[in-house]
Amino acid sequence: MSFIQPRYAAAAPRAAEEAAPIVIVGGGLVGLTAALDLAQHGLRSVVLDDDDTVSVGSRAICFAKRTLEIYGRLGLGARFLDKGITWNTGRVFHRDREAYSFNLLPEEGHEYPAFVNLQQYYAEAWLVEACAATGMVDLRWRNAVTGIDGTRLSVGTPAGDYTLHADWVLACDGARSFIRNTLNLPFEGQVFRDRFLIADVRMQAPFPTERWFWFDPPFHPGQSVLLHKQPDDIWRIDFQLGWDADPEAEKDPARVRARVAAMLGDTPFELEWVSIYTFRCRRMQSFRAGRVFFLGDAAHQVSPFGARGGNGGVQDADNLCWKLAAVLRGQAPESLLDSYDAERIPAADENILNSTRSTDFITPKNDAARAYRDAVLELSAQHAFARPLVNSGRLSRPFIGYGLPAPDAPVLRDGAPDWLLRHLGRDFCVLSRGDAPATPLRAVTLGSDVEDHSGLAAARYDLAPGDAVLVRPDQHIAARFRATDAAAIRAAHEACLR
Amino acid sequence: MIPDPDAFYAALMDAHRDLSPEDSRKLDAKLVLILANQIGDMRVLLDAIALAKAAPRA
Repeated sequence: MSFIQPRYAAAAPRAAEEAAPIVIVGGGLVGLTAALDLAQHGLRSVVLDDDDTVSVGSRAICFAKRTLEIYGRLGLGARFLDKGITWNTGRVFHRDREAYSFNLLPEEGHEYPAFVNLQQYYAEAWLVEACAATGMVDLRWRNAVTGIDGTRLSVGTPAGDYTLHADWVLACDGARSFIRNTLNLPFEGQVFRDRFLIADVRMQAPFPTERWFWFDPPFHPGQSVLLHKQPDDIWRIDFQLGWDADPEAEKDPARVRARVAAMLGDTPFELEWVSIYTFRCRRMQSFRAGRVFFLGDAAHQVSPFGARGGNGGVQDADNLCWKLAAVLRGQAPESLLDSYDAERIPAADENILNSTRSTDFITPKNDAARAYRDAVLELSAQHAFARPLVNSGRLSRPFIGYGLPAPDAPVLRDGAPDWLLRHLGRDFCVLSRGDAPATPLRAVTLGSDVEDHSGLAAARYDLAPGDAVLVRPDQHIAARFRATDAAAIRAAHEACLR
Repeated sequence: MIPDPDAFYAALMDAHRDLSPEDSRKLDAKLVLILANQIGDMRVLLDAIALAKAAPRA
């Protein structure tokens, strides 16, 4: 079975001038996630995409646990679990031996695993379906933004041009963001002098369901290689090429085939997709310019070795959408939207920091860096202390700078096994143990709404009998108090909406 | 204080004897990493890096 690339019909202009409260520029992973999240908060949006299909190639293949929990909240979690390849273990090889391995989820009792590998095109195709099903998302393919003035967008389509007057714009238009470039907003950081070849390969191979990374393997000497399993017998292979590689020559299918054949020996394979790229780590100074917000790669760019690009972008949408909904519903002042910047810039910086460190290890910048890198790898064979220094990517973990993402736990609902996060919903809620909280907010009480039969919910939230926590709409813990302390609960809720 | 400075220094020089510049550099890197692990105190390590950087160059 394999994916059939959809072709969506182009949307023709309805009028020369139109207005829409929220316009999302870019119908990729992040833009579609934002549209679905807004729709579930009751907000309509127009999504403009200059293409007529979903992602070509696997791109952001690794979906992290926190992102899967967001898709769980959005109603797509089961599709990711059913289709995606679940993995928790990573192995790093140096030459022909194992140097280091890690298990990303050493703990049981979570609905979602540390990671699911899935081609980005599946995620986008499901998001398109889910957005359409809400009836709230006006998804316009082959609608290219050609100009922006304030929040007035010029849009070009195959059937003519029109003007779209937005109240709010969400720029989800990728690393080469037209909106960011047109507004002349700086996007600064570091370029790594290295090139990587990325290939999706179709084959039946005996590798286990793990992330495998090689430094200096016999089949690709002097460089690194990364291997990931995906659904449909597609494998993703990243070959480090070095800065001197000629990007055009390296895309030659015969040349790619030779590289893959050197790795796989006699295993037959077909090439599905090939791309060459150079890594950058950079971000905008602010993710907001007036009534224009920047999300995902449009706002910040990282190298791919920590799976922090796609996951970071989805988590941007998760952070912004409930705030925009609260402001547009009149429940919060516009100043709440400043917290998007305040919360997501440190998250982007954490991703950039980790991604930069990984890339510095994988691509040493000078002779000293190379000597240390090789010293770490050689020591790691015999010395356990050196293994944690091996850095082939520090994989995406939830950012905890604005509250711990609400942990999952197994619970019983009417005697049947269930998961706690499914009950926290998409609005503020108060999770308490034992006592029902004294609040008009939605309450989830361990012991009555759900049964914490394993004790893991109480343990993970550190809830003594009578304790409670306030959970934000993006399922982050905002505050803790006694369930009976109505004033504290009210004050914490108000503080989240300022 | 290193109890027998001359013997330590000689052992260090012996370890580098006959190594190419590249292998010598890697040996030093391994030595730094092994010693850093034995120290295991981030503040001491950062102080040592600062001391090394601040030492005057001839």
